[in-house]
Amino acid sequence: MLAMNYRGPYRIRAVQKQEPEIEHPGDAIVRVTRSCICGSDLHLYHGLVPDTRIGSTFGHEFTGVVEAVGPAVQHLKPGDHVLVPFNIFCGSCYFCQKELYSNCHATNPEATAVGGIFGYSHTAGGYDGGQAEYVRVPMADVGPTVIPADMHLDDAVLLTDALPTGYQAAEMGGIDEGDTVVIFGAGPIGIFAAKSAWLLGAGRVIVVDHLEYRLDFVRTYAQCETIDFKQVGDMAMHIKKITDGLGADVCIDCVGCEAAGNFAQTLLGIKLKLQGGAATVLHWCINSVRKGGTVSIVGVYGPTFNAIPIGNAVNKGLTLRMNQASVKRHLPRLIEHIQAGRIEPRRVITHHVDLADVADAYHLFSSKLDNCIKTVLIPPGAPRVATATAAMQ
Amino acid sequence: MNTSFTTPGDEDRAASRARFAHIVGWGADLDRAMRPGVPKERTPPRLPHPVEPPQQQHADVEVLHSTERPGITPVFGTTLPPSGLSGRLRRAAFRHSENDIRHWMMLLLADRVQMGEALCSDLARGHVPNLYAEMGGRAELRHNPMGAARKAAIGIAAVAVLCMVLKPRKRARRLRG
Repeated sequence: MLAMNYRGPYRIRAVQKQEPEIEHPGDAIVRVTRSCICGSDLHLYHGLVPDTRIGSTFGHEFTGVVEAVGPAVQHLKPGDHVLVPFNIFCGSCYFCQKELYSNCHATNPEATAVGGIFGYSHTAGGYDGGQAEYVRVPMADVGPTVIPADMHLDDAVLLTDALPTGYQAAEMGGIDEGDTVVIFGAGPIGIFAAKSAWLLGAGRVIVVDHLEYRLDFVRTYAQCETIDFKQVGDMAMHIKKITDGLGADVCIDCVGCEAAGNFAQTLLGIKLKLQGGAATVLHWCINSVRKGGTVSIVGVYGPTFNAIPIGNAVNKGLTLRMNQASVKRHLPRLIEHIQAGRIEPRRVITHHVDLADVADAYHLFSSKLDNCIKTVLIPPGAPRVATATAAMQ
Repeated sequence: MNTSFTTPGDEDRAASRARFAHIVGWGADLDRAMRPGVPKERTPPRLPHPVEPPQQQHADVEVLHSTERPGITPVFGTTLPPSGLSGRLRRAAFRHSENDIRHWMMLLLADRVQMGEALCSDLARGHVPNLYAEMGGRAELRHNPMGAARKAAIGIAAVAVLCMVLKPRKRARRLRG
């Protein structure tokens, strides 16, 4: 089968690989129909996530048709067209029982700080991802969700990570009606967090980035205010100026460890790797939120040792909320939102690229060329038609 | 705005709803009961069926595991078991806990070492990696031709400088010979 193949920082090939097999009674093999490149894949692509082994296949956002199931699978059958949450979770461990699916304790032997994730290094369990023709899906009775018949496949694939993560980011902010919400990062997660903030009743939504085309997009798509951080001097000062001197009620970090905007952080965190990435946005969040406010973090950070202003967080009495999205928990409500027309996720997809051209797709996305916001990869032979039902025919 | 210090009354609520009427879906999730679940610990789980603990997956490749757990998890990935020098580094890294920075730094080092190993392995099989294609050169040329030209110029200049630096040494060696 054709699959994306990581060869080291900034290097990718599309290669022929052996097809995955059922290795556990609860596995399914899924023939991929759509997979996305996520902003957090870029951390892998740039060599920032430890234990990203050469030869890995990335891709934790994908939809596909079930080809085969293991003997223990009862609720999924060959032919089902499914969207697969990026978390691999058992549904029965201590954390899954509490709906913290992204913290499952039974699917990642290599780290206790994170659960299993498709195609996200051995630090997240050593699973191959969906940027391939076929993928092994463990815990097939628990994770995959059958795509509603008339749902657009591009909407469905964004339900596997980007939309639920953006939604959870807003939700963790504990937004009350009328709150001022500042979102750092105008990538797909930031865009969806902005949309979700409105759904949760925000009174003012401000998105911060430095790429004009992304700010243009989020203004149109999410009807929010925007700030180009390169045009303002001090970010925290600026936020206070525009919020009656108090600061925002909620600040949301949708950037993570590769934040631009601070030379020292970039040098220490990204270039020299002396801390788990650049904590620039964490500084901005903690310092821009009002006293007693909430900081919500969904941006991906490297493990251990970030120089963050925790003292300020203590003194300001902040609530810090953070996690990888527990996708499965959000699906019923988000599907309802899509079907009701309250949110149209597929509008963030700017590029459909053949899987064979995956290296170009990564470069396009990483370098922000051609006004790229979100890229979808289409494996050979996968249908380009719109809905799950049409794809089955 | 910062209106959250007081709970909006009915009039405020009506006014804000009118103000945001142009935003499709505004306030649809104001009722916390309608949210997918604020990620706090809560029971019972919403999964549609009771789930038994998973069976243990059989391990026929080496799977490293965190020192913070007694053994491997019931389910795991089997791709790319550790091998070579990078594998030794990874095994050494997994002797330290996740709380120890040596664990992560050794893994990052192993990643870089494995990159060299993979390059050697490619060359040994007679495959010269196409760096231009692997690094998305075609996309760069198509969507950022000026950037591509700049990179090409820098590359040519670097090669030229390298040649100039090496050339006198060859002459000197010839003279000594």
